[in-house]
Amino acid sequence: MRPDDLNRRLWSAALAFAFAATPAAAETIEVTIDKLVFSPATVEAKVGDTIAWVNKDKFAHTATVKGGWEVMIPPNKSASLTLKVAGTIDYFCRFHPNMKGRLVVAP
Amino acid sequence: MPIRHTTALLAMLLFGTAPLAQAADKPTDPQIAHIAYTAGVIDVAAAKQALKKSKNKEVLAFAKDMVRDHEAVNVQALDLVKKLKVTPEDNATSKALTKAATEERAKLAKLKGAAFDKAYVDNEVAYHQQVDGALETLLIPSASNAELKSLLETGLKIFQGHEQHAEHVASMLK
Repeated sequence: MRPDDLNRRLWSAALAFAFAATPAAAETIEVTIDKLVFSPATVEAKVGDTIAWVNKDKFAHTATVKGGWEVMIPPNKSASLTLKVAGTIDYFCRFHPNMKGRLVVAP
Repeated sequence: MPIRHTTALLAMLLFGTAPLAQAADKPTDPQIAHIAYTAGVIDVAAAKQALKKSKNKEVLAFAKDMVRDHEAVNVQALDLVKKLKVTPEDNATSKALTKAATEERAKLAKLKGAAFDKAYVDNEVAYHQQVDGALETLLIPSASNAELKSLLETGLKIFQGHEQHAEHVASMLK
């Protein structure tokens, strides 16, 4: 094998490894709260990703799942949650139930 | 009926169905600011009464939420009127709201335990519905300053949220 070939093979192996690893890397997805609106209202994510809610309001909010988890988001602060389970999750603010959001979590 | 009494008064004063309201058809910005601020103060006073009288965990948590949110809205309202150099102006609607709320508190003061909790939460549902209606149909459309209008719109979302929250607490008391 010529050195060039070997080089190419090593590179392709390295690239294959890098690409295989990329999809598994967890991301942090930001959801802004401004004037009592979650934005974006629907977020697509995968297990292992973190949702960070950034509260721009002067009011405390929550991201609450009925019969499930709750994240408190104080005024002008952020709070986050790492997604552990796949599925579609509807959440709302317990203080202002007219505020609604959805997480579509892929495995 | 305390609820119907407040409702009727608001309807009369805000929607011009009574001779009393003839003078005040479309409120000015200084009047709107006063009405919105008064509506918040009233709900804080009602919540403080509940915090003293109630022993119900849900009711106490709800009342705390009301104090926190309405005080936060009113801080924003005061900042805005200062910035706009608007002096909130007392008016018939504010006076009627305050009078009805004072009467309501006096009635609630005589109640205890579950009867108080139910009356407080039911009145919160009715009160927020009324303020929502007033904001939507009169105060927001009448506001001429864009920043005031925007704060009222946020206020409407807060009030609508509280209405749903109050309905939820009411359903838990049954």
